[in-house]
Amino acid sequence: MPLSALTGTRLRERRLAAGLRQADVAATVGISASYLNLIEHNRRRVSGQMLDRLGAALGLERTAFSAGREAALLDDLRAAAAASEGAGAEVERLEEFVGRYPGWAVLVAGQHGRVMRLERALAALNDRVTHDPHLSHALHEVLSALSSVRSTAAILAETEDLEPDWRERFHRNLHQDSERMAGGAEALVAYLDAGSGAADEGFLAPQEEMESWLRSRDWQFGDEELRHGVAGEVAGLASSAARVLAAGHVARAALDARAMPRAAFVAAWQATGPDPLALAERLGVGVAAVMRRLAALAEAKLGLVVCDASGTLTFRKPSPGFQLPRFGAACPLWPLYAALGRPMQPIEAVVEMAGQTGARHRVIAYCETRHPAGLRGPELREASMLILPLAGREGAALRVGSTCRICPQADCPARREPSILTEAV
Amino acid sequence: MSRAGLVRGFDRARSSVDSGTGRGWPGGTEVAQHVLLVEDEPNIAEAIRFILTRDGWRVTHVADGLAALARVAETRPDLIILDHMLPGLSGLEVLAALRADPATAATKVLMLTARGQERDREAASLAGADGFMAKPFSNAEILAEVRAMVAR
Repeated sequence: MPLSALTGTRLRERRLAAGLRQADVAATVGISASYLNLIEHNRRRVSGQMLDRLGAALGLERTAFSAGREAALLDDLRAAAAASEGAGAEVERLEEFVGRYPGWAVLVAGQHGRVMRLERALAALNDRVTHDPHLSHALHEVLSALSSVRSTAAILAETEDLEPDWRERFHRNLHQDSERMAGGAEALVAYLDAGSGAADEGFLAPQEEMESWLRSRDWQFGDEELRHGVAGEVAGLASSAARVLAAGHVARAALDARAMPRAAFVAAWQATGPDPLALAERLGVGVAAVMRRLAALAEAKLGLVVCDASGTLTFRKPSPGFQLPRFGAACPLWPLYAALGRPMQPIEAVVEMAGQTGARHRVIAYCETRHPAGLRGPELREASMLILPLAGREGAALRVGSTCRICPQADCPARREPSILTEAV
Repeated sequence: MSRAGLVRGFDRARSSVDSGTGRGWPGGTEVAQHVLLVEDEPNIAEAIRFILTRDGWRVTHVADGLAALARVAETRPDLIILDHMLPGLSGLEVLAALRADPATAATKVLMLTARGQERDREAASLAGADGFMAKPFSNAEILAEVRAMVAR
């Protein structure tokens, strides 16, 4: 059985626990105190015979010195030191380090493992950007068309005496390439948009995976379906976390459908319009539940976002022209967040999405609180915001974005971080 | 190259567009230097061909790698403009085949790569490309590069 590199540490721990002095133990086994000191600090390898004597003096079994988890830990730490050579880690004192600071040693080795895993994930993502055939094809289409447009347009602009047949030919090419460029750009946008084929490759976050599934169902379930459940479809989702999220979503939708059966809900909606407070009053249900039911109505064509008290978006059903962030936090100017701070007070606003299209929407935000653990438990908040497309552009509107990183509004007082875009894009 | 310079180049050789031959050859040579253009995108090929022909080059165009190798063997061009992404044999494979054959090992090759695809460029450099042009390029850029490469 190989000896642990930390044999000395074990001996020292045992001796101190037994309240014995180094000199006394050394005398018992017939060595000097200074030699025992070196052994205890893992500076001297100890022979099997000597170990038996020391073990007998301290009441320790030989198995206590076998190499086990420490060996793996030492290997991990050596790998960590090798990966960061410039850091000057004292590799020659590794055993001492593990012996004296076992908790820190486990932490350092663990962090190294995590860094390695993240680097592998990053490499996989980089690889995907470089080698993904869909992305590569879409980029190639756009770049090829762009190359041709650039050369052709320059010929048309710079050749003063271009013969008519050539001019006609180049005009035709220009038209073809602009069509092709539009197609390529659309394919790129579709690719970069959440879902779109990426679901198959296992790179989606659980929430994205669930939303991708809901999108494939046009965000709705029939009341009958909800009564019987859609367990089969939920079971087909790739990650267990997505299955949990989807099952939760379906359960909630089933409760909503039971409280607001479709026929009655549609009749009420047609009578009141998309006013979640009036509908809640009329149907005797909560406002957030009405918002969810409205968003699940295909004919209403509404977007919905829901966040928890941390502001994290827990549900994202997009509305055309109102871009939702794919990752991370959304625009802090969304009325959703104003509502989060003012529970039970509806907030209605006309918002304009910063950027090229400048699409306008009417949004209605509302926050509800719950105390699932009773009076003394924590308060949970959930804010919901319905997004209704608006045709006109009259009157004032609140300028909002999707998320800072891709928002072109330069002078925004709520900006968290610089944008990768400019207003001119 | 300035726009005026490019226009002058067109003027000098405009009669050569259809015939593929012209006057005032680059570098003052008596015979038009021959460029083999290997590009599967017809509109890009048409534009490059037009620009070079107006500048006095004799341009042959083929749309795939196998045709390129066959044409090189027949015509021994002074320069090959080779697209990286070709159907069938890729630009890199064509380049490797050219370099492996002593008869074509020294033929100058200008690779067309996509902007941002640095790996393609590295691979082409290792395979022995003499020059690179990233799409989308300007007409002046490609003309200047072709002239410089042949003059070298």
